[in-house]
Amino acid sequence: MSVAAAVSLRERIAKPLVDVGFDVEKIRADFPILRTKVHGHPLVYLDNAATSQKPQSMIDALVRYYEGENANIHRGVHYLSQIATEAFENARETVRAFVNAADTKEIIFTRGTTEAINLVAQTYGRVHVGAGDEVLITAMEHHSDIVPWQMLCEEKGAKLRVAPMNDEGELLLEDFEKLLGARTKIVAVSHVSNALGTINPLKQMIALAHAKGIPVVVDGAQAVPHLKVDVQDLDADFYAFSGHKMYGPTGIGLLYGKAALLEAMPPYQGGGDMISSVTFEKTIYNKLPHKFEAGTPDMAGVAGLKAAIGYMNAIGIAKIAAHEHDLLEYATEVVGSLPGVRLIGTAREKASVLSFVLDEVHPHDIGTILDQEGIAVRTGHHCAQPVMERFGIPATVRASFAVYNTRSEVDALVRGIRKVHEVFA
Amino acid sequence: MPELRDLYQEVILEHSKAPRNYKEPAGTNQRAEGYNPLCGDRFTVYLAIDGDRIREIGFQGAGCAISKASASMMTQSVKGKTKAEAHAIFEQFHELVTGHSHAHEAELGKLAVFSGVSEFPVRVKCATLAWHTLEAALEGKQEKVSTE
Repeated sequence: MSVAAAVSLRERIAKPLVDVGFDVEKIRADFPILRTKVHGHPLVYLDNAATSQKPQSMIDALVRYYEGENANIHRGVHYLSQIATEAFENARETVRAFVNAADTKEIIFTRGTTEAINLVAQTYGRVHVGAGDEVLITAMEHHSDIVPWQMLCEEKGAKLRVAPMNDEGELLLEDFEKLLGARTKIVAVSHVSNALGTINPLKQMIALAHAKGIPVVVDGAQAVPHLKVDVQDLDADFYAFSGHKMYGPTGIGLLYGKAALLEAMPPYQGGGDMISSVTFEKTIYNKLPHKFEAGTPDMAGVAGLKAAIGYMNAIGIAKIAAHEHDLLEYATEVVGSLPGVRLIGTAREKASVLSFVLDEVHPHDIGTILDQEGIAVRTGHHCAQPVMERFGIPATVRASFAVYNTRSEVDALVRGIRKVHEVFA
Repeated sequence: MPELRDLYQEVILEHSKAPRNYKEPAGTNQRAEGYNPLCGDRFTVYLAIDGDRIREIGFQGAGCAISKASASMMTQSVKGKTKAEAHAIFEQFHELVTGHSHAHEAELGKLAVFSGVSEFPVRVKCATLAWHTLEAALEGKQEKVSTE
């Protein structure tokens, strides 16, 4: 590093904490698990891209549901069933407002992002993709946005095309545009890359696809916890995300879909709740959104998700984003300037994720040593093996941030990496 | 509390940095590939089998310090052994790293440095990957060995 660069680095590091408008220590107190000690050290939880921790208000909502509201929805005339149904449909409105969908019927509860993407592939996809057609994805997709399309292409004799990225982990927009062809029937793209943190120019990509009449399915699992998402402003056709990465419970996720598309799609699974009448000769499917919600849904999960969104709204997504951006910038500086560290994913637009490798030390060894210091990071391929292959590495270490993380936790990560150097010296 | 130094012993670090028999030996007549999809570790084990005996052994690939050192020290410990002897060493080694039994530490000789692995259960697969691959090579299996 040059002297000038070192000076400017010091200046930037010395810069006072960004005033994000909330007290991080107060936020931390909302998350009981953050009091955990790991191997004698305070837990430093930097694996938020895998799953976030949960605030007490969300945990309380789950308990409250089972203690006071539990009954099956949409079918009982009794008191509790009515309470549960009302709470469930209120939560749908909370989700609608959160992503600014036009109508609650466009909000479908699923088990998670993976199920939401599979739903689109198996319904819209099976109707519209035929032999010789193409599905276009990007080089930075998570396995959950690769495999469902691969399965569809295999079944239909269609071709999976992949839009490339540059060495920084940024999508090459010109190549993306060129790949949008006459046979392209679906574009599937992540809003934010889970392995690299890249924020894709989604609005632009959607406009390019729409100019050729191609609908776009968005994997928003890594975006919704960190950015304000407005599905109408993006003009996304489908947008999938998970509750557990945004302070909500596991097992609940969302699919947003434009009403006109959803109306025309066949159902995904058959069963109760998705029908309006059944005879052995013919079944009339229920109207939206219930057509896509067969069986008893995860009602407790929905209650928890509503509480999680309430928690995020109370802080303000813009403030959460500003705080995480400050942490990411700080971590990029201090971790990136450690000897032997190579950052993987250095896009100009990034959210929450710092992926890196260390010369001569395998990520798995780094993960074990950091764990001994109480630091939880993810090591491995992050369910994005093609991304690892693109960068010619077997795995990375990934630190990912949430609202409750602090600069002193980034400092702990730096001390942990120094410890790795000591062990392997 | 498990200690890092129990896992990353000097001998292990040294072997991971300068692995022994890191090549495809001349006369290789059996080989197998092993893969741990969780961490991306990938090794090929080469054998020059003479009758029932491992005349030469080598390996190549990429992995963490534990898996690489384990592969390196494995090649030293089974070279010149019969198939049955190699298999018996693996069984003792497996008992050691899974923490089931430390009874064979003395017989295992240098391999006993891996006893610390038993305190780190998620790393057992790292320590045994090369050994599973060796077993596959000995049996002449064609398909890739996976730890999953």
